[in-house]
Amino acid sequence: MARSADTPPLDYPLTSKAALEPPEEWAGLREGCPVARVTLPSGDEATLLTRYDDVRAALSDPRLSREGLASPDAARVAAGDTAGIFASPMARALNDEGHERWRRMVGRWFTARRMSALRPGMEELTARLIGRMREHGGPADLVAHLAFPLPVLVICSMLGVPESDRDAFKGWSDTFLNTTRYTKAETEAAHRDFAAYMSGLVDAKRAAPGDDLLSHLLAGADSEGEPMSEAGLVATGQALLLAGHETTAGFIAMMTAHLLSDRTRWERLVADPSLVRRSVEELLRFDPNGSGFGMLRYVHEDTEFSGGTVPRGTTVVCSMAAANRDERAWQDAAAMDLDRSPNPHLAFGVGPHSCLGQPLARTELQAVLTVLLRELPTLRLAVDPRELRRHEGLLTSPLRELPVTW
Amino acid sequence: MKITVDQEKCCGAGQCVLIAPEVFDQRDEDGIVVLLDAAPPTALHGDVRESAEVCPTAAIEVAQEE
Repeated sequence: MARSADTPPLDYPLTSKAALEPPEEWAGLREGCPVARVTLPSGDEATLLTRYDDVRAALSDPRLSREGLASPDAARVAAGDTAGIFASPMARALNDEGHERWRRMVGRWFTARRMSALRPGMEELTARLIGRMREHGGPADLVAHLAFPLPVLVICSMLGVPESDRDAFKGWSDTFLNTTRYTKAETEAAHRDFAAYMSGLVDAKRAAPGDDLLSHLLAGADSEGEPMSEAGLVATGQALLLAGHETTAGFIAMMTAHLLSDRTRWERLVADPSLVRRSVEELLRFDPNGSGFGMLRYVHEDTEFSGGTVPRGTTVVCSMAAANRDERAWQDAAAMDLDRSPNPHLAFGVGPHSCLGQPLARTELQAVLTVLLRELPTLRLAVDPRELRRHEGLLTSPLRELPVTW
Repeated sequence: MKITVDQEKCCGAGQCVLIAPEVFDQRDEDGIVVLLDAAPPTALHGDVRESAEVCPTAAIEVAQEE
C-alpha cells in the first residue's frame, strides 16, 4: 500500500524479517512515498529518502550539509537525550578543520596505490587467521576468527595503535554508534575516554614518532603550511580507528554470508577468482545492511526531490541501501549479478563526503575474499541463513556470528 | 578517446586508479586525481568508461573522438 504525506511517521530504522533480506517497506516507499516522514530512536522526526536519484542528489547537493547536523534544531539520532555520533565532540572537532582541507591532509595517506601496496600484507594476515580457524576446526564463527580481527589488525598497524587495546576501542566505537543501547552517562563517558586515549597516543607519537599515520599527520600540514589542530588530530585518530574497523568487519561477514547463502555464487567465484573485484562491488550494492542506518544531512534551503520539496531545517536520512535496490536505477535490482558493470552503488556515499577510506575498504574486501576462496573453497554455512542474527541498537547492524564449516 | 579530469571536484576516492592504473593516478600530497594518459589505447577504453561511471564526484569526463 502506498503511503501518503498524511500517514503517521514510520519508526526508523526499519527492520527486516531476516538478516540477509531488505526491509519489506522499501519497495513501497520508493514507489509511493519517496520522501517519507520517519521518527528516529530519539523521538525526533526526520525525512527518509529511498530512491537512487534522490539519495544521490541529497548527498551531493551543497544546500544540504553534514555540519548542519550539529545545529540545535537538527534531529537527534539516539534515544535518551544522548549525543549521536554526528553531534559528538569528535564530529565538531572534525568540522572545525574545514572539510576539504581535512580531506586532502588525510586523503593522501589513503590513495589507491598506497592501499594496493598493503594488499600482500592483508592477504598474509588473512591466511594466518584462516589457518587458526582451521586449527580450531569447523563449525567456527567467521566473525570472531576473521571478519573482526582482520580489519582491526590492519587499521591498528596503519595508525600505529596497539592492537592489544582493541577491547577498549571496540567498546567506545559501539557507544559512538549508539541509537538505543547506551545511556547518556555511558555515551558521555565513551566520548571522554576515547578522546583521552587518543590524545595520549598522539602525545606518545609526538615524543617518539614512528612510521605510522598518526605520526605522519602530526608532522604534516595543509597547502598553506598550517598543521592540524590538536583536537583535530585526536578526532581524526578516533574517526579513522572507528570507521576503519567497524564497517569493514561487518561487511566481511555479510559478504561471505550472501555468497554462501546461495552457494552457486560461491562456486562461481571459486572457479573464476578474476570476478572478485566486480563481485565485491555488487555485494556492496546488494547488501541491505552494509550502509546501515544511512547518512544524515541537514537541509539549509528548501530542496526539491522526486517525491516533493523538503523544507529548510529538515533532517534527511539518505538510505543508500534502499537506493541501491531501486528498480528505477538498476536492472534486476533485487538480483545479485556478479558481472554487473558499471556499478555506481552508493554504499560509500557519493559526492565530496563519500567515504575517505573506500580504497582501504575495497582493497581489504578484495584481499579477504581472494584468500578465502583460495584457502577454503569448500566453505559453507553451518546454519540456515534465516537463523543469522544481527546486532541491534547501533547505527550499523553487523551479524552477531557467522557459523561456517568446510 | 579523450579524457579530462576535474581536480576541483575530485574527492580522492581512488576508484579510477584501482580500475585503470595505467590511465589514472593520485597526487602524493593530497590524493587528488592525476591523468597519466589522456588518450589511452583501445584496450583500456572499457576500464576508463567504468572509472568515469563510478566516480563518486563525476570528476572524469570521456569524449569519443572518431
